[in-house]
Amino acid sequence: MEAILEFFFTYREAIFIIILSIFLGIEVISNVPAVLHTPLMSGANAIHGVVIIGAIIVMGHAEETIAFILGFLAVVLGTLNVVGGFVVTHRMLDMFNKKKKKQ
Amino acid sequence: DALLELIYVIASVLFIIGLKMLSSPKTAKRGNLWAALGMVMAIIATISLHEMDGEPIKNIGWIIGAIALGTVIGWAIAVKVKMTAMPQLVSFFNGMGGASAALISLMEFPHLAHGSALVAMHTGEVLAILLGLMIGSVSFAGSMIAFGKLDGRIKDIRASALRVINLIFLAVLIGFIVYIMTRGEASPAELMPAIYLMLAISLIYGVSFVMPIGGADMPVVISLLNSFTGVAAAMGGFLYDNQAMLTGGILVGSAGTILTILMCRAMNRSLTNVILGAFGGGGAAAG
Repeated sequence: MEAILEFFFTYREAIFIIILSIFLGIEVISNVPAVLHTPLMSGANAIHGVVIIGAIIVMGHAEETIAFILGFLAVVLGTLNVVGGFVVTHRMLDMFNKKKKKQ
Repeated sequence: DALLELIYVIASVLFIIGLKMLSSPKTAKRGNLWAALGMVMAIIATISLHEMDGEPIKNIGWIIGAIALGTVIGWAIAVKVKMTAMPQLVSFFNGMGGASAALISLMEFPHLAHGSALVAMHTGEVLAILLGLMIGSVSFAGSMIAFGKLDGRIKDIRASALRVINLIFLAVLIGFIVYIMTRGEASPAELMPAIYLMLAISLIYGVSFVMPIGGADMPVVISLLNSFTGVAAAMGGFLYDNQAMLTGGILVGSAGTILTILMCRAMNRSLTNVILGAFGGGGAAAG
């Protein structure tokens, strides 16, 4: 019990953000119409590309060659996630708008 | 750095607004652009302002080169692919994010040492690294299989035994986390074999998790893997005490989970049905 309390106290700020973000995430999309399911999934997919920040930090402090190479790879993959994610979402929504005009 | 933190807050707000606008037909397109703006801000601010132990980001030329390379490839793929192939493309890019998260964990675990030989293993940092490694790898391998299935490269395999095996995989992975975290003071270098083993099992688990699920259910699975990657990214945020990564990742994790459930509901299915495949065979035949 004491260990759990200590863990909570050490990371209380992060735990606070995590709990609030969980509720926010649920709240923010709960009224989405079915047609937007796939674009929303794609948009959320692009947002978790924020992992690229971690990749940049790792590579920015890489000392050994292996860490450098893996860091380079992580940044490239993270960028693919970000750029690909946002561009694909944009294309999907483009199609969505065109369909609407035709109707 | 105060300015960096401020920009992270703005980026997080843009992610939230973007996600909100994406869930309404009228504002969806602008929402996507707002979220993208937040991302660009966060990336530029990290490169130019981030410091760790008083040291600024090094290798900036290489970092920008990597971003340029990723942008060119990502853009080319995203623009070229046919509209009908969009879901598998989302899955592919999702897998890239998962792989990136797993790589970060793979590099940060040996880094824990910071020059000293022994490190306490029962900390939140170790937990975040291990969960990031496990969830990121599962998401990567699973997304690649989902991509292959939707692209018609991988056939459905209906083996109910895989469901039991999957539970065993999950138990083994949790066992690894418990094993590493109960080592007390240990040397990260000596635990690396366990880390590589965990990586391998996570990758296999990702494959066997998606394999028995019918092709028609893939969009739901992709949405689920999408929220996995969100959680993996958030683990990186926890590790680096980085608010933008933490909020962005958890936001996608929770919104993605709800979206997965909504998608199931739209198909008159339950999530357990999809994962355990009670009707998976029929769905696959129909698709």
